[in-house]
Amino acid sequence: MVPLNHYLLLGAALFFIGVLGVLTRRNILIIFMSIELILNGVNITLVAFSRHLANFSGQIFALFVITVAVAEAAVGLGILIALFRNKDTIFIDDVDILKG
Amino acid sequence: MMEAYAFYPLALLTIVAALVVVSRKNPVHSVLALVICFIGVAAIYIVLHAEFLAAVQILVYAGGIVVLYLFVVMLVSLRQGETAKTARHRLPAIILAVMLFAELIVVFVRATPSAAQPSPVMTGSATQALGRVLLVEYLLPFEIASLLLLVAMIGAIVLAKKRV
Repeated sequence: MVPLNHYLLLGAALFFIGVLGVLTRRNILIIFMSIELILNGVNITLVAFSRHLANFSGQIFALFVITVAVAEAAVGLGILIALFRNKDTIFIDDVDILKG
Repeated sequence: MMEAYAFYPLALLTIVAALVVVSRKNPVHSVLALVICFIGVAAIYIVLHAEFLAAVQILVYAGGIVVLYLFVVMLVSLRQGETAKTARHRLPAIILAVMLFAELIVVFVRATPSAAQPSPVMTGSATQALGRVLLVEYLLPFEIASLLLLVAMIGAIVLAKKRV
């Protein structure tokens, strides 16, 4: 029997790696993938609590998180395509037209 | 005991794959590592007796989202690497992320969860029970989620159109 803490630590580790990717990388594609990692870390936490407390709400929340992640990926990649078509770059350092 | 034998190798695989995702220069390698990471997470859902979520994870993430990412990686050109500007921000970013991780570890290690054991309800036909909870207790959020997906689909089509 694996203690609940180890599942939570795995979720935290995935979350941390995702945050690391969002903060250090400048390629929008990899930033999106890091966001998916963050959401997966959260999902593991939710499902672990769902199992621990014998309550299905955690799994339902995880399903909704997956739904939102899919919507985010679809819209985000659409924005990325539009960005690449207009500015010919996928690096966020080059997207600075709002800077004064 | 079986649970532990399955969990620790899977957790290691997932974490290593996630590290590969954020550390590779070539986005194609990142996408391939992302597939492995998603499959590892799906296997951990199975260890947690969440079979339906594991199936959804494989179908939606490893099947759908990853294909979408691969298409986009191939659509955009990858000639130039990351600029030198990024190196300046890297150290504070890493320090910030490590501090966040340390905080999470402290919270999760010191937390002493109540000794609730998985009830027999969770080990029966979990998918059937999950469907009942989803379509009875969470019916309105379920419908709103489908609406959200429709809106996202239309939004993605409009955004990726030739002339916006």
